Amino acid sequence: MNRFRILALLSLSVLLSGCNAVVLDPSGDVAGQQRDLLVASTLLMLLVIVPVIALTVLFAWHYRQSNTDARYEPDWDHSIHLELVIWAAPLLIIVCLGALTWMGTHLLDPYRPLDRTAEGRPVPDDSKPLEVDVVALDWKWLFIYPEYGIATVNELAAPVDRPISFRITSSSVMNSFYIPALAGQIYAMPGMETKLHAIINKAGTYEGFSANYSGSGFSGMRFAFHGLSNDDFAKWTEEVKATGGALGRTDYLALERPSENEPVRKYASVQADLYKAIVNMCVEPGKMCISDMAAIDAKGGLGMAGVNNVLPLTYDKYARRGSVLGPEQTYVAAICDTGEQASAPTNMTPVIEKTPLRPSSTPSETPSTTPVAERPS
Amino acid sequence: MPADLDLQKLIFGRLTIESLPLHEPILVATFAVVALGGVAVLGALTYFRLWGYLWKEWFTSVDHKRIGVMYMVLGIVMLLRGFSDAIMMRLQQAVAFNGSEGYLPAHHYDQIFTAHGVIMIFFVAMPLVTGLMNFVVPLQIGARDVSFPFLNNFSFWMTVSGAVLVMTSLFVGEFARTGWLAYPPLSNIGYSPDVGVDYYIWALQIAGIGTLLSGVNLIATIVKMRAPGMTLMKMPIFTWTALCTNVLIVAAFPVLTAVLVLLSLDRYIGTNFFTNDFGGSPMMYVNLIWIWGHPEVYILILPAFGIFSEVTSTFSGKKLFGYSSMVYATVVITILSYLVWLHHFFTMGSGASVNSFFGITTMIISIPTGAKIFNWLFTMYRGRIRFELPMMWTVAFMITFVIGGMTGVLLAVPPADFVLHNSLFLVAHFHNVIIGGVLFGLFAGISFWFPKAFGFKLDPFWGKLSFWFWVSGFYFAFMPLYVLGLMGVTRRLRVFNDPSLQIWFVIAAFGAFLILLGIACFLIQIAVSVMRREQLRDTTGDPWNGRTLEWATSSPPPAYNFAFTPVVHDNDAWWDMKERGYKRPLDGFRPIHMPSNTGTGIILAGISVVFGFAMIWYIWWLAALSFITLLTVAIGHTFNYKRDFHIPVEEVVRKEGERTRLLAAEA
Repeated sequence: MNRFRILALLSLSVLLSGCNAVVLDPSGDVAGQQRDLLVASTLLMLLVIVPVIALTVLFAWHYRQSNTDARYEPDWDHSIHLELVIWAAPLLIIVCLGALTWMGTHLLDPYRPLDRTAEGRPVPDDSKPLEVDVVALDWKWLFIYPEYGIATVNELAAPVDRPISFRITSSSVMNSFYIPALAGQIYAMPGMETKLHAIINKAGTYEGFSANYSGSGFSGMRFAFHGLSNDDFAKWTEEVKATGGALGRTDYLALERPSENEPVRKYASVQADLYKAIVNMCVEPGKMCISDMAAIDAKGGLGMAGVNNVLPLTYDKYARRGSVLGPEQTYVAAICDTGEQASAPTNMTPVIEKTPLRPSSTPSETPSTTPVAERPS
Repeated sequence: MPADLDLQKLIFGRLTIESLPLHEPILVATFAVVALGGVAVLGALTYFRLWGYLWKEWFTSVDHKRIGVMYMVLGIVMLLRGFSDAIMMRLQQAVAFNGSEGYLPAHHYDQIFTAHGVIMIFFVAMPLVTGLMNFVVPLQIGARDVSFPFLNNFSFWMTVSGAVLVMTSLFVGEFARTGWLAYPPLSNIGYSPDVGVDYYIWALQIAGIGTLLSGVNLIATIVKMRAPGMTLMKMPIFTWTALCTNVLIVAAFPVLTAVLVLLSLDRYIGTNFFTNDFGGSPMMYVNLIWIWGHPEVYILILPAFGIFSEVTSTFSGKKLFGYSSMVYATVVITILSYLVWLHHFFTMGSGASVNSFFGITTMIISIPTGAKIFNWLFTMYRGRIRFELPMMWTVAFMITFVIGGMTGVLLAVPPADFVLHNSLFLVAHFHNVIIGGVLFGLFAGISFWFPKAFGFKLDPFWGKLSFWFWVSGFYFAFMPLYVLGLMGVTRRLRVFNDPSLQIWFVIAAFGAFLILLGIACFLIQIAVSVMRREQLRDTTGDPWNGRTLEWATSSPPPAYNFAFTPVVHDNDAWWDMKERGYKRPLDGFRPIHMPSNTGTGIILAGISVVFGFAMIWYIWWLAALSFITLLTVAIGHTFNYKRDFHIPVEEVVRKEGERTRLLAAEA
């Protein structure tokens, strides 16, 4: 058995030299620190792992039945000293590792803005991080650059040595945003926003992908991440501005429909509040944003009126469907934003009858002022 | 409900002829093979007139030993299915390079990795672990059966029902395409409208009832039915781990049941627990499922630890080193296993303090685990180690498991997890501990207790061959995955675009092939052992010079296990009895009170399959009918008063006389 292990290890080291273990040799400072922690923890643990493996082999060999020279003490089953060592050795290692973990986790918290661009180089006071809003779609990535008003699909670029601040969400299911060369991953979840701060220190093209299975097109959810010099980055943004089209809400709704192995796309302009609408799941016209809903609920909610404030769902990126025994699929209609109401479906009529739209609710005594769509016949 | 109810929908729900995967040649071929094999087995059973025997002696049996054996058979059969999935994945990943799509479309591949995970955990590892506990625990504590023998039979058949549903999904409809934990929103109705997730839900719910009840049963057994003198701190270590495991089962499985109920409500009646809209939170599901999921891995590994303890001390011819620290370590692991679930999703955006808390609690678990490893090490120290198969598995385990433990602690460091989470490094880690820990333990346990169950040893030649194939296959299959993980390759990918990765996947596929040989040798080992059973026969009931009570009785033990309940003075009770020159009582036998067999368990489980199938396919009339039948049969069974009988004293005298003769012939 041991022979196999040595063989495996040997072939491993030979092959490793020929391959690109990006996790062990990243190009971003954050990923670099994560690698250091990984290596330090491994070495710390090897302090106990190696002796255990060696002792196992040694004892197994030395105390084999045929070796009658070895001492045999069938009733020896207890030793306070030994047990102290047995419990203390792992404990000590875990104390060290725990301290390392506590510090490392806080230092490398993805939500924490960076304070250095590389070892010994603090972030200058006047520097502003590059902001990138990341949206995981089925099955491609949308990157919005609010500072430049541009967006790209399946291609991401950032200037070298400038901190990047990602805000990450998803349109439908969970994904994980991961560029191994840059920094560790973080989940992209619909209706939620996660954050990641990172920096790329070496120019080059790196691979990014989703690290959380998200359905049939998952394997193709890859994108290139370009670390560019400041000049090249400026050129890149100019190029996007020159070649791309516009990304409005309608374009987004078309874009977010499931598609696999998407080519790179570039958008010269992006509707200003698009990312906010995506996070709040109200890109569809006339749909109430989560943030508005939360604000209304924080003030006590709409009461029974809220029950009627729903519209039948006519748009769904997959297909319109509900659960077999449940009510028809609906969504909460926007009521706060007049601008959004203007863009609501045109086939809406004021409430004329008081029968509840959904059989589960009781008719409200106070007349509802909210628009209700015509019930599907 | 639509107004235009058509008759076909009313009768068959959403089951149509298109639900049969006739367009997938791989599945059709599989079905043909399974059908032919099935017909051959059924034909053989009919030809040899074994149906009556099987029904009377096995299917309806409430004997914990037979139920244990049936659990093992279930686990081994499902291992073949789960492993077929594994080797298909390995092949796909080894060929899907350079623009090749491989041979599996996403629709099929995604089902395969989901099914592989579900089957290996729920229908391989769980039945094998439960089977061993069922067989061994009552014998080790000197009991005649478990506390609730009928419940035991019912639990077993419910587990089978779950397995039957999973197998059905192969040929009728499809299985989930969500990954083995079916995270929403992906598993919710919006993104998985097909029957796959429903198969998943109902298979786990039905099998889960079995698991939970068997947990209750074994706890009651261990707490209430120990032989006189066997205080908790004189309990064999395997029984201790079984106790802790079953406590974990009883505490954790209801969480799984609840979270799956919530998911079903979302899918069936449109609630919004885990939807994106209407205030649902998929993150809640992830938390809940791991509150079950993490204890689950300890449910699997603790009994394996117990097996290694028994094996090490038996084959080193020594008392277990540090018995009480072993017990405390087990209990500490049991408690801590509830405090670490968040380490499965450090990357979900919890704050640094939350992440470090769960990271550090996870590392703390490695302290008692490390202590256990040292205890086995010092049990070997100054021993006389006989390298029989169980001991070989144990040494392989000790070396393999510490590697898996190390990578596990590594993954518990949140910043390291950020770069390794969901990668093939993670996949390598948990296979490292589940194969290197649980599976090696189960193989050690199987070869250790097989002679007890059947009265003859397993053939060592084929066993050793199987051992070497398994161990080397494991290293070849999973060490490359560690490397791939460090190269930033994530799990569940179907196609790759970096050709430099391919060599590693080819090595991994080669490892899977070695494991295939290992499984084949294991099956051959059993067949050869059955054929050579007269040469391998053990008439003493104590083939390994054992230490605990199960070795005090004959092999296979009589239905009543012990003619007289043994009295315990030491934690290696049988060793102690042998040391003190214990004499088997030869007269004074009395009739023995035993539970009667009943077919209710298998009938209830059969109806559960129908109920689950009806719910999956929206066949409401059948669901209602089967549910009512289920209740009726269950209530009806409470009026069954023929639930026990006495083994007449002549029978006991005859059995014990036979054993006396065998022992005399041996001496």
